[in-house]
Amino acid sequence: MGGDAAGPVPMEGHDFALWEKRVDALMVLCSSKGHFTVDGLRRALEDMGEDAFEKHSYYERWIAAVNQNLIEGGVYTLEELATRMDDIAARGATYGEAARG
Amino acid sequence: MPHDHHDHDHDHDHHHHGLSPSGHPYRQDDDAPLTYWQRMEIAVRELLIEKGVTTAAEIASQIDLMDSRSPANGAAVVARAWADPAFKSRLLDNAGDASREMGFDIGPLHLIAVENTADTHNLIVCTLCSCYPRNLLGLPPDWYKTRAYRSRAVREPRAVLAEFGLDLPDSTTIRVHDSTADMRYIVLPARPDGTEGLSEAELAALVTRDCMIGTGLPRLPQTVATPG
Repeated sequence: MGGDAAGPVPMEGHDFALWEKRVDALMVLCSSKGHFTVDGLRRALEDMGEDAFEKHSYYERWIAAVNQNLIEGGVYTLEELATRMDDIAARGATYGEAARG
Repeated sequence: MPHDHHDHDHDHDHHHHGLSPSGHPYRQDDDAPLTYWQRMEIAVRELLIEKGVTTAAEIASQIDLMDSRSPANGAAVVARAWADPAFKSRLLDNAGDASREMGFDIGPLHLIAVENTADTHNLIVCTLCSCYPRNLLGLPPDWYKTRAYRSRAVREPRAVLAEFGLDLPDSTTIRVHDSTADMRYIVLPARPDGTEGLSEAELAALVTRDCMIGTGLPRLPQTVATPG
């Protein structure tokens, strides 16, 4: 990516949403507790392919990388994740309802 | 925090999607339809808490810590360096230790301060992802993480700087520093002329986030609003 041609730098920013701050916190905490390394996260991000940078937002890519490393590290299983994500979908239509605050 | 404030008027006849357990409307950020990735964040967080890896309190305090970090931290360091030549020399020698001296938690990172001079301008980027001196500046702005900035900062820094409104003469050398996970940079901007009589706090008010990334210059003293 460094050195590639690209368009103008988009200057608009946004305030971080709660869920994004939580992704950041989980990344910092799990990393400091030794559940993965920055290199492990990098590998997961690189494995997503270049189009992940177009299709997904920054913290979407990071939660995917954190999740992949935690499953690989045996912290929880893919089945546990899938079951929980289904449960969460049934809680409500918005983040606030599904996260229960 | 800006997103604690709703832009629209609070109309209590207006139907809110869901109320919190305490009967208050959820913050605006949380009103949008739940996405797949948000569900993943909730699931990962809940599983980590259930497995004893972390706690809700630990996550909340990590977010508080992050929220408390802002470019004001970096500005205080820069102002100290402008005001105190001995501190500046320690900062350029080891920016991590010098910042810790002021009470800032820098963690285990190597922090390197790069000094702008009359003929050299420094710019920082992380071409790989988003490494940033977050302990001194808070979370990086969105543009810092974009493909466009990361690709072009190392290829055509002058053109990128021009987009930020910074037209440097051809005689100025531009040094671009590519950050890594373990090595973070912060730009020590040149102290503006006409600031001789200013206190450290007044100097800090001139130091913007962008001038510590290298995409801007410090404010000039006369452009700072006077109190009252």
